[in-house]
Amino acid sequence: MNNAAKISRFAMTVARIRAMIFKEIRQAIRDPGTVAMMFIMPIMQLMIFGYAINSDPRHLPLAIEANDNSEYTRSITAALTNTGYFRVHKIVSDYGEGDRLIKDGEVQFVVTIPPDFSRDLVRGKRPQLLVTADASDPAATGPALGAIGDAINSALRHDLIGPMASRTASQSPVDLVIHKSYNPEGITSHNTVPGLLAIILSMTMVMQTAMSVTREVEQGTMENLLATPLRPVEVMVGKIVPYLIMGAVQMTVVLLFSSFVFHVPFTGSLPLLVGVTLLFIAVSLALGFTFSTIAGNQLFAMQLSFFYMLPSILLSGFAFPFRGMPRWAQLLAECLPTTHYIRLVRGIMLKGWDISMAAPQAGVLTVMLLVLVFIAVRRYQDTIA
Amino acid sequence: MSEAPAIAVRGLTKRFGGRTVVDHVDLIVQPGRICGFLGPNGSGKTTTLRMICGLIIPDEGEGEVLGLNLRSRRNAIKGQIGYMTQKFGLFGDLTIRENLQFIGRVYGLDRLESRVDAALEKLGLASRADQMAGKLSGGWKQRLALAAAVLHEPRILLLDEPTAGVDPQARRDFWDQIHGLARDGMTVLVSTHYMDEAERCHEIAYIAYGVMLARGTTAEVIAASGLHALQGEGPGADRLAAEIEGRPGVAMAAPFGTTLHVCGLDPEALREAVRPWDDRVRWHETAPTLEDVFINLMRTAEDNSVISA
Repeated sequence: MNNAAKISRFAMTVARIRAMIFKEIRQAIRDPGTVAMMFIMPIMQLMIFGYAINSDPRHLPLAIEANDNSEYTRSITAALTNTGYFRVHKIVSDYGEGDRLIKDGEVQFVVTIPPDFSRDLVRGKRPQLLVTADASDPAATGPALGAIGDAINSALRHDLIGPMASRTASQSPVDLVIHKSYNPEGITSHNTVPGLLAIILSMTMVMQTAMSVTREVEQGTMENLLATPLRPVEVMVGKIVPYLIMGAVQMTVVLLFSSFVFHVPFTGSLPLLVGVTLLFIAVSLALGFTFSTIAGNQLFAMQLSFFYMLPSILLSGFAFPFRGMPRWAQLLAECLPTTHYIRLVRGIMLKGWDISMAAPQAGVLTVMLLVLVFIAVRRYQDTIA
Repeated sequence: MSEAPAIAVRGLTKRFGGRTVVDHVDLIVQPGRICGFLGPNGSGKTTTLRMICGLIIPDEGEGEVLGLNLRSRRNAIKGQIGYMTQKFGLFGDLTIRENLQFIGRVYGLDRLESRVDAALEKLGLASRADQMAGKLSGGWKQRLALAAAVLHEPRILLLDEPTAGVDPQARRDFWDQIHGLARDGMTVLVSTHYMDEAERCHEIAYIAYGVMLARGTTAEVIAASGLHALQGEGPGADRLAAEIEGRPGVAMAAPFGTTLHVCGLDPEALREAVRPWDDRVRWHETAPTLEDVFINLMRTAEDNSVISA
């Protein structure tokens, strides 16, 4: 073959490939899912990893339970705030109030100043100072606990001057007792496994339902179904119930593994956990159903599910400490059902929440469910009309 | 006819986003009749069928299906209609038997198993009942879809282009079945593009751009068109179509094998129009075909829609 022929054959190949590239780009631009993937996905990830996630969380809420109303309370408060790790959220004086705050999840740490603290301190009796931490997420508490001892010691040394300076000379003026609640050994899996229940459920429930209606519409079977006496709402319920069962099976599997393989303590009520789990499954199914009414094809439905899953994993408190995130990310996370469900699972499993403590988070999920069902039904009726 | 019509709709109109897809369509079909529903692609056939079977609600118009009001009794109507969608609407990942069982349960049929067995037997699918429906060839899929559509013994059968992409033998079998069903009293409304299928219907309705343009038996529709046709035979006759079509008095000219088929409204003008080729082409009168009528109708409608737009 001569050179000219070779060149022209090569030119033809280039022309054909170019035709193919143009076609692909044109199709990609017309697909809203692809365009969203291209722009929104990287921006979302950058924002989350770049700004929202902080594995060394600061300004964690702390309560001081001052059973001895002394001047040292003020210096301890100031010292803890100065570390940057803590934000003194409340100073309470009722005995046991600190425990309630930590169980509720309102604060992560409680410093309990016992009665007669200042007297014992001045007398050099090394009074105890109790620090209680909600250690259910070890990553969130570890660094802060490391800083707490030094901060308190240096604050008190600063206060103990003149004749009392000798109290600080050899050893720490107080006996700092650190109590890690809910996960005393700091085992990460105790925190991760309950969280995984939330992630596994939302992943399968949302994605499966998102695909299910879209698949019927795409394959043309929906029209056939609706031409039969099946009512649209019957089709919807018939599609959702099997996934409800599937979710219950998943929950059972995760809980069995959690208990027998990972030995995660289960301190709360199992019926309560089952109840909130069914609620969460219902929310996820309603969300998936809403997605399926938005998406025109299965690919788009899949992409929508991914858009939902990414923040659910990263912002909900599953992968990274919730309190480490800036305000805007926390607000965003509050809108995700997974965030509330993770709190419920951890609260019930690790902290032994009862129904009254679970009520606020369960209430949010209920509101979400009602809103989503309303949207899903409205949109579904539009799709089939 | 003393019996009430199976389908009687008046002024059916449907708009999608400001575009009128079906424009004041009237249609009456008597029980036990097979009505062919014809028209170009996108003419509103499917939308009309979907309004009749209660899948979508018309924007305007009234009607009764089996004496039931089209708007208020949609669910009652659905139970007595069998609808075979254009696209295969059964589940590819269920077996043939499972598909039929599902449809039977949806209609709440009694003696489900014996009905399914009977349907499988009639279909000639008894030996393949456990095969996945998705693996069937086009012709078999269509048979299965028909079996599913008539499993609950509906009084009306709506078929949306049922034989698209099916071989001639399967088409003939299919039409034999349709005639059998009509003999037993079922009313059939079938949309199609095939002229031979239109001629197999008791009566036809032609719709274009959402407007009903012709209605009646094949002979009535041809007579009503007022068209006259000539067939030309001779060397190169089939190559004259483009030249002749532009001449006054000629509505259309189309080659058929080696012959040429020309039509026009005025027989005198038509004869004049082809006279220049008399030296090599022999012309003789012939009956206009249904296809001539429909293409002429479509062109006229197209002109009108262009003018009105």
